[in-house]
Amino acid sequence: MKLSRSKTYKAISAALWQSNPISKQILGICSALAVTVQLQTAIVMGLALTLVVAFSNLIIALLRDLIPRNIRIIAEVAIIATLVILADELLKAFLFDISKQLSVFVGLIITNCIVMGRAETYAMSHGPYDSFVDGIANGVGYSSILIGVAFVRELLGSGKLLGFQVVPDVFYSAGYENMGLMVLAPGAFIAIGLFVWLEHTLLKD
Amino acid sequence: MEHVENLISILLNSVFVGNILLAYFLGMCSFLAVSKNLRTATGLGLAVTFVLTITAPANWLVYHLLLAPGALAWAGLPEVNLNFLRLVLFIAVIAGMVQVVELVIDRFSPALYNNLGVFLPLITVNCAILGASLFMVEREYTFTETVVYGFGSGVGWMLAIVAMATVLQKLRYADVPEGLQGFGINMIVTGLMAMAFMIFSGIVL
Repeated sequence: MKLSRSKTYKAISAALWQSNPISKQILGICSALAVTVQLQTAIVMGLALTLVVAFSNLIIALLRDLIPRNIRIIAEVAIIATLVILADELLKAFLFDISKQLSVFVGLIITNCIVMGRAETYAMSHGPYDSFVDGIANGVGYSSILIGVAFVRELLGSGKLLGFQVVPDVFYSAGYENMGLMVLAPGAFIAIGLFVWLEHTLLKD
Repeated sequence: MEHVENLISILLNSVFVGNILLAYFLGMCSFLAVSKNLRTATGLGLAVTFVLTITAPANWLVYHLLLAPGALAWAGLPEVNLNFLRLVLFIAVIAGMVQVVELVIDRFSPALYNNLGVFLPLITVNCAILGASLFMVEREYTFTETVVYGFGSGVGWMLAIVAMATVLQKLRYADVPEGLQGFGINMIVTGLMAMAFMIFSGIVL
């Protein structure tokens, strides 16, 4: 069987392109924008979310026959909240500085619609392996937008990438200035709007 | 007098400069989903303001009587620190409060219930509500400050969604490039609105 025909491949490409959680389904923007001033925080946030979606999908898929239908939302929230607390404590233990910068936004993964949405629409009706792959794919799809926006904002807003200066000093002495707007909140909205425009135009076929 | 000035400054800050939607990107999901119609946008805005004003102080009590380090001293357990349970308990309080508010409104004001009723369950997963509770802990507000902050955040969120709904009504007659239609233009309009709200950042009381 060719790679491009396999079910796993299809699930991954769908989550990355055709139905990317942020740009196509408009889910989970709450936390997407606030952490994109710097590339570093965006990457960590993307990683945390990917892990939470993947494992919540896995656990819910394993338990889906045991959870009574009436109380499934509460059960799902409990599982997701436990994973988010785990992610939060791990960040505090190993990446304390970044966890300070992310402040409340790690905790807000609980109310991120992507996690809940995947649990409800996918993990409740698919096997553990498929659900796990779906979780990873959606997490990566989410991270790709986050990292793209953060790349633009950090490059234009402070002339740096991952904290290293990339715009040479010659530019500054020649009169180049950082774009202050990109560091502020409106910059995030406008950057993501233009990003989505680009993606829609490229993927129109 | 200084106390009152402090409260006014928190109120103005949470409505304008630190607008929970336009500066902290919280509550985006329902903001984008419900801003198509002015009537429903106003309804949801009122419901969010109402719930925020109640849940932020309720979570303040939960935090300071149960969760904060040393908070259990009244029960003879000064060593216990339950801070890691914060996310789960806050979500539970919010879900419970929304349910109670729904019952109370239904009992005492059926007219209001008919207007707000549909939106109340949606509010549980609105990240603005959980976000305000988490910010309230992070910024170490007192009880009165929390009440004012919760109310101000709600009013700010409502202002933003009502303004957005009116802009979108006008936008229907505009000639937007094809790839930018929908999500893309919504984000850019929100960005411009966020810029307008930032004008107030020069005000010092």
